[in-house]
Amino acid sequence: MGMTASRSRKPTLMTASELAGMILRKEQLFLLDVRNEGDYQNWRIEGDSITVMNKPYFELLDGVEAIVDECPRNQKLLVVCAKEGSSYFVAEQLMEAGITDVYYLQGGMKSWSEHIEPVKVGELKDGGVLYQFVRLGKGCLSYMIISDGEAAVVDAIRLTDAYEQLARENGAVIKHAIDTHLHADHISGGRKLAEASGASYWLPPKDAEETVFPYSRLEEGSPIAVGHSEIAIQPIYSPGHTIGSTSLLIEDTYLLSGDILFVASIGRPDLAGKAEDWVHDLRSSLYETFSRLDPELIVLPAHYGNRQELREDGSVMARLGDLFHSNPGLNIADQEAFRHAVTSGLPPQPHAYQEIRETNMGKLQPSESEQGDMEIGPNRCAIHDR
Amino acid sequence: MKNEIRGSQVLDCRGLACPLPIVKTKKAIDTMIAGEVIEVQATDKGSLADFKSWAGNTGHQYLGTLHDGDVLKHFIRKAAPDETRDEVHFAHVIDNAELQARLQQSDKAVVLDVREHAEYGFNHIPGAISIPLGELESRWSELDARTQIYVICRTGRRSDTACQLLHDRGLQVVNVIPGMAEWSGATEASARAE
Repeated sequence: MGMTASRSRKPTLMTASELAGMILRKEQLFLLDVRNEGDYQNWRIEGDSITVMNKPYFELLDGVEAIVDECPRNQKLLVVCAKEGSSYFVAEQLMEAGITDVYYLQGGMKSWSEHIEPVKVGELKDGGVLYQFVRLGKGCLSYMIISDGEAAVVDAIRLTDAYEQLARENGAVIKHAIDTHLHADHISGGRKLAEASGASYWLPPKDAEETVFPYSRLEEGSPIAVGHSEIAIQPIYSPGHTIGSTSLLIEDTYLLSGDILFVASIGRPDLAGKAEDWVHDLRSSLYETFSRLDPELIVLPAHYGNRQELREDGSVMARLGDLFHSNPGLNIADQEAFRHAVTSGLPPQPHAYQEIRETNMGKLQPSESEQGDMEIGPNRCAIHDR
Repeated sequence: MKNEIRGSQVLDCRGLACPLPIVKTKKAIDTMIAGEVIEVQATDKGSLADFKSWAGNTGHQYLGTLHDGDVLKHFIRKAAPDETRDEVHFAHVIDNAELQARLQQSDKAVVLDVREHAEYGFNHIPGAISIPLGELESRWSELDARTQIYVICRTGRRSDTACQLLHDRGLQVVNVIPGMAEWSGATEASARAE
């Protein structure tokens, strides 16, 4: 490293929220990912307006000469690593080498994985509102229904601050935390939310056979009311991704389809080790139960698999009738071809999915930092995920 | 299980976040002699993939990692510049496949592994005797002069030197090439590794 005249300038911190804003607004950004190649290949930040380069920090210990010529000087450059330290280390060296507009990502990929952006999906009767929370880093989608001073959260992620904040801003108390199924790709924040706000925690009983805590039974025929105007959440039993998977119908307008039906794919049946057993359930949920529902319903899934599924405003949704034309998972006429599609050649299973399932059952109690490490990586809950 | 794997020095990187564990390891390795093994103790779980990848890129040999509670112990052997050069002098050699066949025929065949303790610890031929090349001068008399000894290392280079040393002292030795780097037969480890 050569002598430098001045070291007064330091790289600028960028938060996950600022990065999410840039991606959704499609602002130009050059992203230097300094994690090892394996981690980069497995899971990385993507966006239409982002140019990405991967160079592990441990190849830059003696200086950044090898990459400085490839770094742009006329746009923002963001250095990203797993947790932050290495990105700051590299960002500092880039500034010393004469690159000016250098940022580093606060909290690294860990923070990116945990960040969620609320997007308003629509109005409900009597002033009620439905929000979708988009977890850009992992592709998880969660929901909040607010009505008349009460709120229900569906498929909450582990970090619950964003839900509590939105409820506060709307003067609402969280009364219900609902999981459409026992998640295998992320640690549920449902129970934590319920405990913090005195809400009920709802889980399908067939997914809760091994859980070690009390819960309310999410079952077809037992609607959940939110607010005094009684927005009814109608559970629809739709097994296949898990044996208990239950979709939620809100005001005959929105279908929260959990991990059964996505916009561009369908749920995988193998994360509890029962792919062959659940093929039939999955097919009948999609091809019988859902095909009998109103095609005008807006499908709101619990995940998305790639960024093409994001709409202009950052939300993920589609009309059910349209999905019966466009979604490859809803267009496999032959039973045997369907079995083949959902049981063989599936993408790798999500990182630590067994431990995540056991944590969601309450059987494991990992520390906060262990939980963060368990959730690293993409969700891969759909059969077409890479 | 008893941890029998040791390095010639231990570097404490517990509690440190990236990039510090690798920055410190690089500095420590720069002061080491080629062939020596360093044990790096770290608590950052992300360090595992980074150490493997970094060692691969620099040419140093990543031997393995032991889990001791929350501490990860990474073992890395400093590479010599001419490590992989093909320079075998000792005339009496057999290849890996031939040794594997002889081991299958007889369980009395004697294998001497002259790699460092930590290399041996993570991966060796079942029943092989471990005497690192550096200790051979003082320990050669532990070996039986009446039987044929198959001498193995990672690439055939250290075992070549060992064969010359042992042959000069009257032992019946054969150099196994290329060695453990391409060994496809059975192996075992002294301690549970990852």
